[in-house]
Amino acid sequence: MSLDREQVRRIAHLARLHITEQEAAGYAETLSRILGLIEQMNAVDTAGVTPMAHPNEAGLRLRDDKVTETDQREKFQKIAPAVEAGLYLVPKVIE
Amino acid sequence: MFDKTVAELSRALSRKEISSVELTRMYLERIEKYRELNAFITVDPERSMGQARSADARIAKGEGSALTGVPIAQKDIFCADGWLTTCGSKILSNFTAPYDAAVIDRLNRSGAVNLGKTNMDEFAMGSSNETSYYGVVKNPWATDKVPGGSSGGSAAAVAARLAPAATGTDTGGSIRQPASLTNLTGLKPSYGRVSRYGMVAFASSLDQGGPLCRSAEDCALLLNAMAGFDPRDSTSVDEPVPDYTRTLVREIKGLRIGLPKEYFSEGLDPEIAQVVQGAIGEFRKLGAEVVEVSLPNSKLAIPCYYVLAPAEASSNLSRFDGARYGYRASGYKDLLDMYCKTRTEGFGPEVKRRIMIGTYALSAGYYDAYYLKAQQLRRLIAEDFRKAFESCDIIMGPTSPTTAFKIGEKSDDPVAMYLNDIYTVPINLAGLPGMSVPAGFDSRGLPIGLQLIGRYFDEERVLGVAHRYQQVTDWHKHAPKGFS
Repeated sequence: MSLDREQVRRIAHLARLHITEQEAAGYAETLSRILGLIEQMNAVDTAGVTPMAHPNEAGLRLRDDKVTETDQREKFQKIAPAVEAGLYLVPKVIE
Repeated sequence: MFDKTVAELSRALSRKEISSVELTRMYLERIEKYRELNAFITVDPERSMGQARSADARIAKGEGSALTGVPIAQKDIFCADGWLTTCGSKILSNFTAPYDAAVIDRLNRSGAVNLGKTNMDEFAMGSSNETSYYGVVKNPWATDKVPGGSSGGSAAAVAARLAPAATGTDTGGSIRQPASLTNLTGLKPSYGRVSRYGMVAFASSLDQGGPLCRSAEDCALLLNAMAGFDPRDSTSVDEPVPDYTRTLVREIKGLRIGLPKEYFSEGLDPEIAQVVQGAIGEFRKLGAEVVEVSLPNSKLAIPCYYVLAPAEASSNLSRFDGARYGYRASGYKDLLDMYCKTRTEGFGPEVKRRIMIGTYALSAGYYDAYYLKAQQLRRLIAEDFRKAFESCDIIMGPTSPTTAFKIGEKSDDPVAMYLNDIYTVPINLAGLPGMSVPAGFDSRGLPIGLQLIGRYFDEERVLGVAHRYQQVTDWHKHAPKGFS
């Protein structure tokens, strides 16, 4: 599978990245080569094999629904790019 | 003194032959002296010295433990409260962590001193430390060569005796490969042994923290402090932590060593093959039995990994959007533009490549062909190990197909770079413990590592076998010229 520049731009958009026209050609070439490597997977028939998501298959734990965290808003917002009145500031999303 | 192991420093501290303040100052001076290695992103002498003074007070009261007062360098992937934590990326270049990672917290509580934050490939994506926003790290064994990656700064620091030990993380080889390239002993514990809480996530089903040291004994000392159940990491395994130093003394007679025939085939540097065979010979002399095993699907581990790791990374790295912490671009016209500009300016080319591969593999219409297929292969790879361990107790082979390569040699060819991890990636996919131990040098004097692979949660045997080897060899004691 090789990717063209248009596909690269579409993937970049999904990933919230800007790719210039010039960069698109370079990414199309390297990503296609990486996909070439990945497609060696097709050499093995995996029909009927249960997918393995995780090395620890004992399953995930549940915990009691109790409040364990303390409020550290001030500490966490001290490192934010922009805050006001305890809220994170971003460009307007609703007109 | 700077050439001493953690075990030796621990004894010297408890006998009050040296103070933590003296030790910490000595290493901070060495870090400054060898700055051109670029092993550290952040040093904070005031904080480190403060921890050293507390450690000395603790020792004076007789309340010290094995690591109290021992300076340890921390990979910059671990959040440390009040410390800049960049993960080697511009996007976190202004991020002062507001809390401690579990590994940092545990080491702090043991009384260890945080000596500084080490350089690394951006978001741990690399095998040469060349993708760091903070520049390439030089290998102390040959400064025109890479130290390996992604824990390249940690490896260079310990190899150059700028720190007696360091933490690292290993998603596809990032502890073992740099250990191999810099003559260190590095351990990637079993998945679930060390908490991932506060460790910046790359590929959550593969990431595992571990120590980079100059002996197996030191790895045992660090693992004692780092390992253990943590409810804050949903994949942490609730198993008691044995005292790994107590099980170091181990009889090799009758040990069954499995050699995977696929690990000694084409692509392996003949000098490395010879050194690894030499190490196996030492174990034979100690009474081990060597059997051939097969890991038939291991050649597909790299393709499989380069679907799973980027897929998980594309999801994990979606949190970096410039809204709540880290770098935010300027001059955006709306929210989407803020996200895009921030990420475009904040991530380097290798991270972007992996995000895009992962995004593609997970996108509608391609999921089954890539992600599901890779997860099925992952099962086959893990099964290969299970079968191999029916006829052996431990698996051995090379850690890396080559010794340290030139800076810039592979940086333009991602596929060539990915193949560096051909012998280490399968172990992460299976979740097993793996270790790299110094086993000799090539004709140019560059270090070669022997890889030890254990059964799930069998760190005791892996460490013990490595320790026995280090009692009959002295490869791990060799230091790079100009740093001793």
